This record gives sequence, structure tokens and C-alpha cells, in this order.
Amino acid sequence: MMGARFVRGMVTLAGLVLAWALLVRLADLPHYILPGPERVALRLVDDWALLARHAGFTAAEIVLGLGLGTLCGGLAALALTASSAARRWLLPLLLASQAIPVFAIAPLLVLWLGYGMASKVAMATLIIFFPVTASFYDGLRRTDPGWLDLARTMGATPWTMLRHVRMPAALPALGSGLRMAAAVAPIGAVVGEWVGASAGLGYLMLHATARVQTDLTFAALFILALLAVGLWLLVDLIVRRALPWLPDSVMNKEETK
Amino acid sequence: MTYVPGSPVAPPAPAIHVTGAAIGFGGRLLFSGLNMVAPGGRTTCLLGPSGVGKSSLLRLIAGLLSGSGRISADDGQPLTGRLAWMGQQDLLLPWATILDNVILGSKLRGEKVGLAHRDRAMALLDAVGLMDRATCRPDALSGGMRQRAALARTLFEDRPVVLMDEPFSALDAITRLDMQDLAARLLTGRTVIMVTHDPLEALRLGHEIRVLSGSPPHLSAPLTPDGETPRPTDQPGLLVQQGKLLHHLRQGGVA
Repeated sequence: MMGARFVRGMVTLAGLVLAWALLVRLADLPHYILPGPERVALRLVDDWALLARHAGFTAAEIVLGLGLGTLCGGLAALALTASSAARRWLLPLLLASQAIPVFAIAPLLVLWLGYGMASKVAMATLIIFFPVTASFYDGLRRTDPGWLDLARTMGATPWTMLRHVRMPAALPALGSGLRMAAAVAPIGAVVGEWVGASAGLGYLMLHATARVQTDLTFAALFILALLAVGLWLLVDLIVRRALPWLPDSVMNKEETK
Repeated sequence: MTYVPGSPVAPPAPAIHVTGAAIGFGGRLLFSGLNMVAPGGRTTCLLGPSGVGKSSLLRLIAGLLSGSGRISADDGQPLTGRLAWMGQQDLLLPWATILDNVILGSKLRGEKVGLAHRDRAMALLDAVGLMDRATCRPDALSGGMRQRAALARTLFEDRPVVLMDEPFSALDAITRLDMQDLAARLLTGRTVIMVTHDPLEALRLGHEIRVLSGSPPHLSAPLTPDGETPRPTDQPGLLVQQGKLLHHLRQGGVA
């Protein structure tokens, strides 16, 4: 079943590439506006070492940001659940902070943390923090009241109730948050690189475009897309493995086809 | 008969006295001035039309609901930590194995779970016929099996008082009868208060049956059917009483 899905995806992709190649041919577009797929492929091969170096940099930023954002988000959600003071003081701030576009503070982050990796990791962390906090906190609040009653009659303390009932019950919600975070993490890293960097795929794309090496821009974009999709699939796999009790009706339906 | 660890209960299970209970719900008084005695070591079944507040009364006794009135045990000891709860849903944790679900109470009380706990849990799972399912997750079990696992979890708590809120109402008729037999056998000697909407269930399991009905709701005088529990379903007397109870319930408690 997995194979059939893969083949179908490949066919769609091949169709798109073909349409792209035809468009370039028929519209007779200059290669610095829209390079054909064969030019991009050639660039991928020729500049492989350069692309790999920058891709490694961006990947490291994304993974670090994802780890840090998940950790901070998870802790914030636990703090919000455990303490009413945290809810009163932190929650309004957290919601208001979402009114500020993270992109708007990217220049500030670069100013404070420099052109290196730190400002991009901070950017990715900030962008990941909110979906993780929001979804995990939501999950922690929505524990089945029946379980809570049962735990209360069993003499549970707030901590053991959190540890054995509320936290595991909130893991599916955290999983959704993580999937969302994996999808937006590359955006954070690349925007950070656009604002000011000395390495990374975003930096490479900016420079290539400025020098009208549009095929290099496309090659970098291709690698970035691969990174993003790969990361999402990896997170999805981990979440699925970690929550085997969860019924996944959509996947089951697709797979029986 | 299967050996059930922790039973019979010693010292004798206390009677529970409810005095002047009143519960408000959404700004409306559900009932007030309610008095009830559940005799020690016996099963008291609480019948009544839905929405009358029988589940609320049970939750009040369990300390899960704030209301006024006095809930006490006749041996003078506080009830806290001496009662076990079994609800309408099995409330098994879907991520934990059946065995882990049975010993959940120990974990929640912060006890160190050791071999002794596991052995006792396995013996209880054996008693409810789920020994070979101990390492399964709940989603691999049928509804009846899940409710049996919930019963094992309730018994693992080993409390003299057991409160049950329509524990078998989600099961099909045959499975329900089997569960009633099992529960009657395994809960012998404990003070059980069971809320149910099924007159037959009350007549099979109850040493005393109380009907909560009317407006404002009040408790009927206890009905005490003859014979040992679980009473067989083909007793003519039982069926006559079931008819009477059904009639009583449909009349809204004015009998």
C-alpha cells in the first residue's frame, strides 16, 4: 500500500516537472527568470558540495529550534496547568505575544544574537513555541472528567494525577502541535537567514538571486523542500510510534484502498 | 470458587449514613433533606428515573461533589480512603496495559509498585477471567472484557465500601447478567451502593432496594427481596417484583 502511494506521488511530481519544462520551452523564458528543470538538476550536481554545506547549516538551525521550542513549549504548558498564578500572569501575555509577527522581530534577533546560528535558532524556537504550548495546554485541560473522578477516589495527588493521567492523555494533542511545529520550523530558520546571515539555504538563495543565478536559487529551494518534507515525515513517524493506542481512521482508510 | 485476595473484608465493612443531604445543580436544588442508610457488608441498589439525582447522590457520598449534609460511617472512622469507585464507562486508560490499569490506584497514591502488587493484580485478573489479557491494551478487548477489567481495578483497591454508578448499563443483556453474577460473587462482604436504572439488576443484586423519585425527589422505604444474591432471573417472585418496580418508576414514584 505504501508503495502504491509512493508511486502515485512520484507520478504527480513527474507531471509537474514536465509541465514546468514545457512552460519554459513554449513561453521561451530566459533562464534567469525561470530556469528549466534540467538546468536546476545540473546545478544540483555541480554545486552539490556548496548546497550540502548550507543545507547542513539550515538543518541544524531547524532541529535545534524544534528541540528548544518543544522543550520550552512543553514546560510552559505544564506551568500553565499546574499553577493558577501562571495562568493569570502568563496566559494573557502569551496570547498577546502572538499579535506581534515573529518576522517583525527578526532584525532585532539578528542585532542581539549576531549573524551566526543563534539568532536563527531563536527565531525557529519562537515560531514553534506557540503551537506546542497551545496544543499541549489544551490537551492537559481536556482530560476526561471520568478519569479525574476515578483518580480522586483512588487518593491521587495533583502530581501523580498529572504524571499518570493528564500528561499521557494530553500526548495526542502535543503530537498535533509537534506536527504543526515541524511544518513551520523551516520558515523560522529561513526568514532568520534572509534578515542577516553568513550561511544557510536562505542566505544562499538571497545571494544567488541577487547575482541572477536563478538556477542556484531553485536548487536551494528544492533542497529546502526536501528538508521540510523529510522533517515532517520524521516527526509524524515518531508521534505515531509514540502513541500506538491512538486510532488513526484517516490512515487506515487510505491504506485499505 | 476462585480465591480472591483481600476478601472477605476484615474488619466488617461499615454501614454508611447519609443525613440531610442536599445538592444544588445549576442554581436549582436537586433534592434536600435526604436521609439514607446503606447497611454494612450489604448491597444497596438505588433506582430512579434519569435526572432525578441518584448519580449526584452517589458522587456526594464519594466526595466528588460538594453539597451539604453529613456522610458518615457507623464505625466512626472517616470515609476518605475507604471507598472505591466504579463508573458507567470502564475508564480504562487507553495507553496502559490491562495490568497497569488494574494497579493504577497504587501508582496514583505514589506507592512503589512491586511484585506483590503485580501478583495480587494478576490474581484478580484471573478471578475476572482476564489473566491471558494482562499485557493487552484496552482497545484489544470487548466491552464486556473492559468492564471486567474495571471490576478487577475496583477490587484491587480493596476498600470496604464500593460505589458503583450504573456499572453495567453499557453492556448487552447477556454480558450484563454475567457481570452481575461476577460482581455479586466478588463484592461479597463489602458495603456496596449501586446506582442503576434497571429494576431487574437491582432485584438480582440488591439486599436492599431504594427508589429515588418524585418532585421534589425522596427515597422510598427499602425493599428487601428474599434469597441470596445474585438471584436467578427465572424466579417468578422476582419477575412479579420487577413488574411492580417498573410500574412504580413509571408512575413517577407515587405508589
